Parts: sequence; C-alpha cells; structure tokens
Amino acid sequence: MDNKKSTPDIKPPHELLSGIQSWRPYQSTQPCCEPILHIHAKDLSIRYHQRMALQQVNLAINQGCITALVGPSGCGKTSFLMSINRLTDLIPGCQVSGQLELKGTNILAASANLLQLRRKVGMIFQKPAVFPFSIKRNLEIPLREHGWKDKTTLSSRIESALSQVGLWNEVKDRLDQPAQALSGGQQQRLCLARALVLSPEILLLDEPCSALDPLSSGIVEDLIMDLRGQLTIVIVTHNLAQARRMADHVAVFWSIKGKGQLLEYGPAQSIFDSPQHELTAAYISGARG
Amino acid sequence: MLASSKTIGEKSTTLLVWTAATFIAIPFCWLVGDLLWHGWHHLSLNFVLAVPQNAGREGGIGPILVSTGLIVGVCMAVALPIGVGAALFLSEYTPHDQVSGRLVRGSLDVLAGVPSIIFGLFGNAFFCQTLELGFSILSGGLTLACMVLPILIRTVEESFRAIARDQRLSAAALGLSKKCSIQYILLPAAIPGILVGSILGLGRAMAETAALIFTSGYVDRMPTSLLDSGRALSIHIYDLAMNVAGGNPNAYATALVLVGLLMMINLIASRIAEQWTTKNQLPT
Repeated sequence: MDNKKSTPDIKPPHELLSGIQSWRPYQSTQPCCEPILHIHAKDLSIRYHQRMALQQVNLAINQGCITALVGPSGCGKTSFLMSINRLTDLIPGCQVSGQLELKGTNILAASANLLQLRRKVGMIFQKPAVFPFSIKRNLEIPLREHGWKDKTTLSSRIESALSQVGLWNEVKDRLDQPAQALSGGQQQRLCLARALVLSPEILLLDEPCSALDPLSSGIVEDLIMDLRGQLTIVIVTHNLAQARRMADHVAVFWSIKGKGQLLEYGPAQSIFDSPQHELTAAYISGARG
Repeated sequence: MLASSKTIGEKSTTLLVWTAATFIAIPFCWLVGDLLWHGWHHLSLNFVLAVPQNAGREGGIGPILVSTGLIVGVCMAVALPIGVGAALFLSEYTPHDQVSGRLVRGSLDVLAGVPSIIFGLFGNAFFCQTLELGFSILSGGLTLACMVLPILIRTVEESFRAIARDQRLSAAALGLSKKCSIQYILLPAAIPGILVGSILGLGRAMAETAALIFTSGYVDRMPTSLLDSGRALSIHIYDLAMNVAGGNPNAYATALVLVGLLMMINLIASRIAEQWTTKNQLPT
C-alpha cells in the first residue's frame, strides 16, 4: 500500500496557508478599527509561585479591534487574558506585576473596583459554562447583581442580548427551561449573551470555539465578527486559520526557556504575510508549535 | 456465538462478582424478612399511635415516635446550618493546602471515627450537666448534632468542590460578588450534595442508641417540651429486647417501623436529588 499515492493533494502547511489568503473578506474589505488605545500592558509579568509564566509584556490594544493571541500551549496567553479582568486574583499563588491600563486607568492598583471592572470586561471560556438554571435566570442573575431590578428593563435587556447572539427565535418559547438542555453551540451563545447583557466594553474569549462542532463554531465565530467595532475583543486561539479570518491584530506568544514572552505583535496581515521573527514564521507555517 | 467466545477467566470473574453481590444481598433480605415475619402482625395504626403500656410490652409507640422526631429535628436544625457554613468555609475560604483548612479537616476525620458512646458521655457531661439541660430531648438532639456534623460537613464540602471551576470563574467573570455567587450559583448547585449529606446524618441520628442513653433518657411519656426527657425508637427497641421480658414482639414491630422510616427517607431523598440533577432548576 502506498499512502502517498492515495492522497496526492496533501501540501505542506505553508502552501495551504497561502492558498487561504484569497478568502479573507474581513481583512481586505473592511477598514481596521479606530486607532484609540484601549488596553495597554506595560512591563506586565505574571508569576505562579516561583515560576515566571509571562515576562515583561508590552502590548497596546486598540478600541473596537479584534486582537488574537496565538502561540503554543503554556506560553502565557490565557494568563495574560485573565489578568485583563483580574481573574488571576482567583488563582492561588498567582502574582501580576507591572501596569495594565484600561483607558489610562491602572486596573492592577489595589484600589480598583473588581466587580465594576468585571462588568465592563466580559469573558467567555473554552467550555460553555452555563449556570444550572433556566435560560432566563442565567441572564437575570448578573443583571440583578449589577442593579437592574425593574421587570420590564430586565426582559427587554434579556431579549436584546439573546437576539444579538441569534438565540431569541430559538429559545423565546422556552426561557424557563434549563439552560443545560441547549446544545453545546447554543450554550456558548448563551454565555456570550450573558456577557453582552451587561453591556461590556471589552470581551475576552479563551478559545471560545475549540469545544464546539464545526457548524456551531462557525456561528459563534460569525457572531464575534459582528461585534467588531462595538467592543474591544481579545481572543486566545490555537486555530491559526481562525486568527487569520477574524483578527485585525495578532500577538504571537512564545515560551523561551520556560518563560512566556510576547514574540511579535502587529496587524494580522503583516504577521501572516511577513513575520519578523523566525519563530513566528516557523509557527504560522506549521513547522513549529 | 458471543457466549462461546467468553474465556474461562471472564466467566469466573462474572461468577465471583455475582457471588459477592449475593453475599451482600442475603443478610439484608434475611434481616428485613425476619423483621417482617415477626413484626408485621403486631403492626397496626393503633400500635403507631398508642401510648406504651406495661413497660412497652403492650400498647404502642406514639410518644416514642414523637420524641424521636423531636430529637432528630433538633439535631438537623442545629447541624444543617453549622454544617453548610463550615463546608462553605472549608471549600471557599481556605485553600486546600492551607494549615487552618488541613487542621479542621483532620479533626473532622478524627471526630467521624469516634465511637458514639464517647459522644454520649460528652453530651451528658456538657449538655446535661454543665449547661444544666438535664436528660432532655434538647440534650439528645445537640449531642446527635455533634455526632453527625463531621459526616455532614465532609459530604457537603465535597459537593461544593465538585462544582466545576468553570462555573466559579464564569460567576467571577460576570462581576458577581462572593455573596451572590454563593447564594445563586454554589448553594443551588450543591443542593443534591447537601441533601445526601443530611440523609446520611439523619440516618445515623435516627438509628443512634449509645449517644442518646445518657442524654435524652428513657422516659416513654409523651413529651410536652424540648426540656422533657424522651425515648428514641432505637432505645425503645434496645430496652424491650434486653431489659423487658416478653417485650420481643413489640421490639420487632418497633424495629420494623424504624427500618421502614429509614428506607422511606432514603428513597425520598434519592428521588429529590435525582429530580434536582435532571431538572437542574431553582424553584421560582
């Protein structure tokens, strides 16, 4: 049996990637977002106990853009993402140093109001984590906690958030049914609605499509693209094709001698077409990582 | 064809497992069968409601059921809030490796293994004498609460820990306060675990004899307050079987009532827990 004979179409990864360039509508047809600085990391380092997970990252993320964080596992992408809403505080032994400014305010300061920060910075995780209650209650709990008590306001916000993620028509007749009865893709969209219902300014996405089937993954991806311009979006992904399709800017993280570092950052097009760093070039061609 | 393809090893494993299961089932069936055989024809509505007479040889177990209910009620009313609170403290406020958490967990494990007679003596010394509650339903209930707390706390703590990290992170990422996430996310999600822990505790409390002999006492009159002495079902059985000649028929009938009650509580609890996990919904 000659395997090569039966699959003659397989090309090396970099050739495949160059073929993809032709179908990148969002990169080529839409202008990039406004260059207003939104998230600014200055010498940001993250340690877990004695281990340095991320070393001196300097990164400026623009408002309304989709910024993709890519790189191999264990290079500090998720740690960086979680420091933006200070979920890192919840991880035992995690220390964040340096500065992280949102619109000029250092959120790492001791005086930062974490609950307000997290209302403004929504986050979606890899696995859809719906609460084990009804669909409606999933959205009501955060709304009530942040001061929306009036019934009509509650239902109108819930309807608009569910419509925004295309769930309203699918679930409007069963809002009182358990959220866990929804499919994986629907659950992830509910999580997205739950974040959007609080009108955040920033949305953090930690591999939001990796646990979903290709169809649901496509739907969620389109939804995120629709939010471009309205919210500042930072997405961690291992899927380079996804980063290429979605992102305005790409930050490549790499683990050097066990320490996560920012290797390269710039507009998606230039990162993919003319990477400056040889590790980036090897990574996007599929040779490394 | 499938059967013939089974190896001898596979067959003997199956046989071994079935034998073990049978050995477990036999004593249970024997016990229940024996109770039914000797106790069933003494059982009647009158027996359940009537007052015991002639040291329990005649009459029923009405006041004893009431005393048992009150003792177990006091026990759960005290143990449940303390137990859930302590479990929350252990799972949410102390990291797994912290000294204080380890100390509390270690002492709970030791307490869970202490024989119930020791709890009985402690209850007698502390509740009956030091706090001057005397031989009373209150003393008995409080002693039982001390006894069931370790098992309750560890079960409830496990159910809090079993709640996925994603759920906690999601709650925090939505800007929910700790109070809010405990109230709306953790507690409702831990309800099946709390229920199971309570049932385990309740079962242990209802079947307890040694811890009650020195605390709630022997008196088989209908209690009029929590400070009255009251006789629990298990003590009634013990007394009829060991101290009262000719008490066996009523001891069997009482044991049947006790076992029936325990089985009923277990059944109801597992049904509720099952429904809760399948429906996964908060009552609105």
